[in-house]
Amino acid sequence: MSPLAPAPAVPRPRAGIGQTAALMALLAAALALAYGLGSSYGAGLVTRTAILALAAVSLSFLIGQAGLVSFGHAAPLGIGAYAVLIAGEYDMTNILAVLPLAFGAAALFALATGAIALRTRGVYFIMITLAFAQMVFYVAASLSAFGGDDGMAIAARSTFFGARILKPDLHLALLAIALLAAAALGLEHLAASRYGLMLRAGRENETKLEALGLDPYRHRLIAISVAGGIAGVAGALLANQVEYVSPSTMNWHLSGELIVMVVLGGSRRLGGAVIGAMVVVLLDEALGRFTEHWKLGLGLVILGAVLFRGAEVRALLGKFSHG
Amino acid sequence: MTTALIVSQVLNGLQLGVILFLVAAGLTLVFGVMDFINLAHGVQYMLGAYLVAVSVAFTGHFGLGLVLGLLAALALGFVMEILVFRHLTRRDHLEQVLGTFGVILIVTEAVRMIFGSAPIAFPVPATLAGSVTLFPGLNYPVWRLVILGVGIAVAGLLWFLVNRTRIGMLVRAGSTHRETVSALGVDIDRLFLFVFAFGAMLAGLAGAMAGPLVSVEPTMGDRILIIAFVVIVVGGAGSIKGAFVAALLIGMVDTLGRAFVPDLLKSLVGRSAAATAGPALSSMLIYLLMAAILSVRPSGLFGGRTA
Amino acid sequence: MTHFSTRAVLAAAAVSLVSVVTASPGTAMADPVKVGFVSTLSGPSAALGVHMRDGFMLALKEMGGKLGGQPTEVIVVDDELKPDVAVTKVKALIERDKVDLIAGVVFSNVMMAISRPVLENETFIVSGNSGPSPLAGKACSPFFFAASYQNDQNHEVMGKYAQDKGYRRVVLMTPNYQAGKDAMAGFKRHFKGEVVEEIFTPLGQLDFSAELAKISAANPDAVFTFMPGGMGVNLVKQYAQAGLSGKIPFLSAFTVDETTLPATQDAALGLMSGAQWAPSIDTPQNKAFVAAFEKEYGVVPSLYAAQGYDAASLIDGALKATGGKTADKAAFGKALAAAPFTSVRGGFTFNTNGFPIQDFYVVKAVKRPDGKYATQVEAKVFEKAQDAYVENCPLK
Repeated sequence: MSPLAPAPAVPRPRAGIGQTAALMALLAAALALAYGLGSSYGAGLVTRTAILALAAVSLSFLIGQAGLVSFGHAAPLGIGAYAVLIAGEYDMTNILAVLPLAFGAAALFALATGAIALRTRGVYFIMITLAFAQMVFYVAASLSAFGGDDGMAIAARSTFFGARILKPDLHLALLAIALLAAAALGLEHLAASRYGLMLRAGRENETKLEALGLDPYRHRLIAISVAGGIAGVAGALLANQVEYVSPSTMNWHLSGELIVMVVLGGSRRLGGAVIGAMVVVLLDEALGRFTEHWKLGLGLVILGAVLFRGAEVRALLGKFSHG
Repeated sequence: MTTALIVSQVLNGLQLGVILFLVAAGLTLVFGVMDFINLAHGVQYMLGAYLVAVSVAFTGHFGLGLVLGLLAALALGFVMEILVFRHLTRRDHLEQVLGTFGVILIVTEAVRMIFGSAPIAFPVPATLAGSVTLFPGLNYPVWRLVILGVGIAVAGLLWFLVNRTRIGMLVRAGSTHRETVSALGVDIDRLFLFVFAFGAMLAGLAGAMAGPLVSVEPTMGDRILIIAFVVIVVGGAGSIKGAFVAALLIGMVDTLGRAFVPDLLKSLVGRSAAATAGPALSSMLIYLLMAAILSVRPSGLFGGRTA
Repeated sequence: MTHFSTRAVLAAAAVSLVSVVTASPGTAMADPVKVGFVSTLSGPSAALGVHMRDGFMLALKEMGGKLGGQPTEVIVVDDELKPDVAVTKVKALIERDKVDLIAGVVFSNVMMAISRPVLENETFIVSGNSGPSPLAGKACSPFFFAASYQNDQNHEVMGKYAQDKGYRRVVLMTPNYQAGKDAMAGFKRHFKGEVVEEIFTPLGQLDFSAELAKISAANPDAVFTFMPGGMGVNLVKQYAQAGLSGKIPFLSAFTVDETTLPATQDAALGLMSGAQWAPSIDTPQNKAFVAAFEKEYGVVPSLYAAQGYDAASLIDGALKATGGKTADKAAFGKALAAAPFTSVRGGFTFNTNGFPIQDFYVVKAVKRPDGKYATQVEAKVFEKAQDAYVENCPLK
């Protein structure tokens, strides 16, 4: 593999592991703090952040490592949520069955649609992933046995061989953080491996990779499936937290929001997606309290972050971080 | 099924198609010249409807109000390009998506603060508000015929501009050989400014055309935006011809799907199953079409370049 | 992509995370009454939610910011018409803000999503609009009260009206979701003629040209439809343009009302709807309410506004009865059930399931002498009507 040795102009992601670990510790600390203060609401917020971060990290892997901008990541997320709902209706609530089911169903969807979508590039890829997500949205809205457009409450939170281990919100929060940590570290590892190197190389220069007899299509397909499966797990957790599943989970707005998280935090490192998820959840929360017109504020922050991500702001933030 | 029903459904499909074309034309031009993904295009459609509605109410004259409103949409296009969009042209697609998503949130919310969430009135002169008898058994709304006429006229004008004028030549060249055009001493940023503002006005015109049919409210651009993107991707991003063909195709598929798929299903799978599956299938149809076309032609029908 | 210094961002994230987690709403001073008001304030259907909230706030303002003589804090949240968002925000109202009750809720999918966690927590809900059938029947709760109606009832009104008018062939058209199906079921409860066709449209549809062509071809005696919010505006405009307005009577519920009339204007004139309230109802309370609402907000109130206003009056009356206390839930529930207030719609009592027993009307869209558009009572269709589900409710 020596011809690839002069790695593309992307930092090796191993450095990100420290950042990821720090972020997990931060989430855990926030959770502990919330419980210490008896704020079950704060704990719920941490849980939601961790769940969205899980979905965002998987999308970040696609965008940052493989260069595949999916505008339909809410679809596998929603499929994971529906897996919980539908399995629950058939009395299957064991978490050891439900989570793999959610992962499998979402990964399968991602595999099948990815096989077609990967034939396209750039804006076409963005739009074809959106098209597939819209299809799933309309399918879900027509499932009248499972609430149709209105959605439906899940039978109960997932169990462990009948024991209702997720009933306390604390357990769900810990599970979400643990799965986020596992996914983030797993993906970091993958990104740092030869496989990750090939993904990034394919992003930079596809022809070169093909000339070397490597098959970027297959690598990307694997990346799409894995990312989809992880989003499915996030969806399963979301269904457990909210205890309600509806097609609005698959709305393209959520796909857009996940992209916002990835880009705001920076797509080069997986930890960026976690930061992005934190920022978006907190902005929603903080602005929503002040004004009915909080979306105006959110828009200004997003636009500002894009327009002024120039040197001045970086310098300013740099000063701030160095005291 | 009567002839009148089929004819009126075909007219409906064409009319939806030309509205989609008006929206998609600006979008695809902007994409073609600068490789720019503008999610805020739907907002410009919404602004057009509001600006025309307000100027018609203000002047008390429909034609005058329409012209004033469109000029305002054009002016706003220039302002927005200078304030925001020109700073995004050299960024990657991801940042453009994000930045213009921010613009959607800001403009939508600002309009809501000014006009409220409730849909506003869109006055139409009485002569255009009714329907005419095209042939015995077929009454058709006059306004929808106006839309058809305006859409076809604009398509002709665009064809002329793009194929027969210097600026059109630059736009065509810019979409395929941007570096060469710049190297020849053409100020591509200035070109983008004009193309962008013109596109904003076209979107505004589409909003004004749709205004008498749909509720004019702050989020009206959301849904049309997604469909407009479907149109330009199916047609091949950057291609005006592609946008025109794809817009008519999608307008027809969507309308005829809604008109005939539920009945078709009823005869195939029975009444109750059709009642639930029908609407889902007919709303899915355009996305199915898009996925099918892209899987065969990954750059759309008329897209030469892998964008 | 962005290159913010990792440490800086981490620090900022930590600071804000901590601040939000620890932010407890200032420890209560004189224990004000806390109402969590849930409404749809963004998206295409926001106009309904704005009306409902404005009605509630108007009542509160008239009472000097106090309900039952108690200082009152109303926390308004936007459910964005997304059930999962609503659940998250409502849990926050209960757990973080420790509200005494939840009021509002425009849409039934939101109500169905939030009702379980709220009612399981034994927190009261006073609905300002949504009255879904499960909560009226099998899943009824001593903690649920509707200051509005049961969802089916306004559709039943139109079914009865169509029957009385002698219409024989009717086309039904609703969006393809549960409330749409309920609307059709409600209409058919009293209509015995032939339903020529049931058309389901996708939620949020913009263009009804295909459906209108079908209706025109079927040429029924009347059309019944339920198209809330922006969809109703689209449909009414296009119905008039297609030249169907004079030809085929247009019967509807929640489609032609004061939230949509400013947009549809003349296109809606003469169209009939089912309602339990209209600005024209001739009681002193209603006259005062309509005048005050128009003065405050500059628009004619809709039934959503009237229900919001009534919800506030209901809570006010119940709090007065308990001396401002909500802690004794049995007592507060009993106070609410007595409906100790004068509704702007006239007679109003609660049935055993927490849904009203009230009159229903057919109302017609008119242009008032001052140029504003409003609905006005055409005929009374049901007197002191109860809903169809109360039999299934185990509460006595």
